[in-house]
Amino acid sequence: MTELKSESPRLQLLKAPTGIQGLDEITGGGLPKGRPTLICGGTGCGKTLLAMEFLVRGAIEFDEPGVFITFEESVDDLITNVSSLGFDLNDLIAQKKIFVDFIYIDPSEITETGEYNLEGLFVRLGCVIHNIGAKRVVLDTIESLFAGFSNQFILRAELRRLFGWLKDKGITAIVTGERGEKTLTRQGLEEYVSDCVLSLDHRVVAQDSTRRIRIVKYRGSTHGTNEYPFLIDDDGISILPITSLSLQHSVSNERISSGIPRLDAMLGNGEGFYRGSSILISGAAGTGKSSISAQFADAACRRGERVIYFSFEESPAQIMRNMRSIGLHLQQWVEKGLLHFSANRPTFSGLETHLTTMHKEINIFKADCVVVDPLSSLLIEGKDVEVKSMLLRLVDFLKINLITGVFTNLTSGGAALERTNVEISSLIDSWLLLRNIEFNGERNRGLYILKSRGMTHSNQIREFLLTDSGIELRDVYVGSDGVLTGSARVEQEMKETAVQLVHQQEIEYKERELENKRRVLEAKIAALSADFAIQEAESLRVIQPERVKAEKLLLSRTNMMKERSDIDEKLNPRQT
Amino acid sequence: MKKLPAQSKSTRQIDENVDKWLLRLYIAGKTPKSMSALSNLTRICENYLTNCYEIELIDLLENPHLATEHQIIAIPTLLRISPSPVRKLIGDFSNTERTLTGCDLPNKNTNFH
Repeated sequence: MTELKSESPRLQLLKAPTGIQGLDEITGGGLPKGRPTLICGGTGCGKTLLAMEFLVRGAIEFDEPGVFITFEESVDDLITNVSSLGFDLNDLIAQKKIFVDFIYIDPSEITETGEYNLEGLFVRLGCVIHNIGAKRVVLDTIESLFAGFSNQFILRAELRRLFGWLKDKGITAIVTGERGEKTLTRQGLEEYVSDCVLSLDHRVVAQDSTRRIRIVKYRGSTHGTNEYPFLIDDDGISILPITSLSLQHSVSNERISSGIPRLDAMLGNGEGFYRGSSILISGAAGTGKSSISAQFADAACRRGERVIYFSFEESPAQIMRNMRSIGLHLQQWVEKGLLHFSANRPTFSGLETHLTTMHKEINIFKADCVVVDPLSSLLIEGKDVEVKSMLLRLVDFLKINLITGVFTNLTSGGAALERTNVEISSLIDSWLLLRNIEFNGERNRGLYILKSRGMTHSNQIREFLLTDSGIELRDVYVGSDGVLTGSARVEQEMKETAVQLVHQQEIEYKERELENKRRVLEAKIAALSADFAIQEAESLRVIQPERVKAEKLLLSRTNMMKERSDIDEKLNPRQT
Repeated sequence: MKKLPAQSKSTRQIDENVDKWLLRLYIAGKTPKSMSALSNLTRICENYLTNCYEIELIDLLENPHLATEHQIIAIPTLLRISPSPVRKLIGDFSNTERTLTGCDLPNKNTNFH
């Protein structure tokens, strides 16, 4: 297909880019250059604005000056009206890039006296086109002529001539027309403008009004055939771009933390999610979806990334207060400009409008991460089918821009848990399922990873607790009784603790016993030695006199011997 | 309002009321159509406003900016500048009756006085 396109660019219709967000995508490059395009639609669906934006963007971005011929509003009114949408017409008029002319027709002031033609209009147009070198012309809405002139035959012939004349001049023209009852326009303008017809629509479905655009026909060009919702806001028109036409987006190998270390560990290697992946957190009410999202946002801000938090249920102040209770101080990130809350009531506008707004905000804020909490509140009964493709586009848009998206999805009590009510699961890369585990007369929160593309994730259920310092994941007890959580898990823990305590006590007892034994032994030793001391003393006491006695005996014996020898000497003195 | 009136009387009455009728005819090029419109107009004026009218002929091809300034769309367009209020007629004046009504020219049966 791409080869075909590149082969025949010359044969293809030249297109005048509109510069309007999304319109160039669905028209494949813009409106047919040098030909008239009809924009039809009911009152208040944005015909004038679309035409004006085409001119303004043409003048500013593509250097194609334009002429706006209004048949309905005065020039001043028109300038005021579009200035509220961010276009400074006065400036462009002063620069001669845009010329606005108000053609005023009051049928009551005009008397027809015979044959005439609209040469005056041609002269007028030709004059202003020449003056500013216009390439683009808007006639809004030329059907007013039908109210001003009674001779339909002349008028129709002149219109045919007018479109032919514009074509000859190579002018890219937009003609607007009010929707008719059975025809696209009240006066059947589609007969004359056969190259490109856009139909705008403003419909109310389930009390939500949404503007949509559809390309009814585009001669000589492929184009998107669907109805595309669009939004009119301060920056003009933005048509929700279709980006899901191709699956060519690049991917990142970078992993980012979920803010919960234990969860990162569950996702394999403790690294967390892939950057640019889409993460769905689904679960019933009160399972902690918002808390996980907030923890993720907090972690991202901590890394210095920019996060947009779309909230559809709680106000920013409420979220910040509630998250303080689990130790997340989101206020600081808001103050640093890293975190942006965008809180809207889901009923504030239609889903398409919400998505388009989100699109714009993400682009403006240059977000790295996006939290949508909850996705499910955007859905309104009976709109699932339309909604699905819209969500696909949002998810796809995030992926293409490598923005990590966290979506929460509230599953209703009766619905199957492993099913999202918009069936976007196929687009989701990592899907965390939170569930209430009802057991033993209480509900506890359990988390498991239903899927996570491209990583070896844990298959285990973890119980998670909301504590003062954030989210904690705990092992759950899986045994013959099933999964134990909450107090049952606590009970189990206590049982184990008790057993451990008994063991501990046993050891301590033994130790004490041993100690006692030693003490007894030591006491015995002390008593024995005391006893011995007494005996010793006693013995010594007995021994002492004996010793004295022995000494005395010895002494007396010595003395005796001495005396004897003295006698001997006296008898025999030479003996010594 | 049956037939064209006998002109002289009413014309004289007009004369007394206004000084001069100022008519401005816008055409785009001297095409046969615009020429026939001019002759139709002149004929009617001659009949009803003898000598007290003035036709200013503006060719938009020569002064295209006047189309915008004077809010002209259809060709030919006739503006009755005076007497006021300004009246606007389009067409080639082939329908005399409508031309008279459009210009607020009194005929025989609808006398002002």
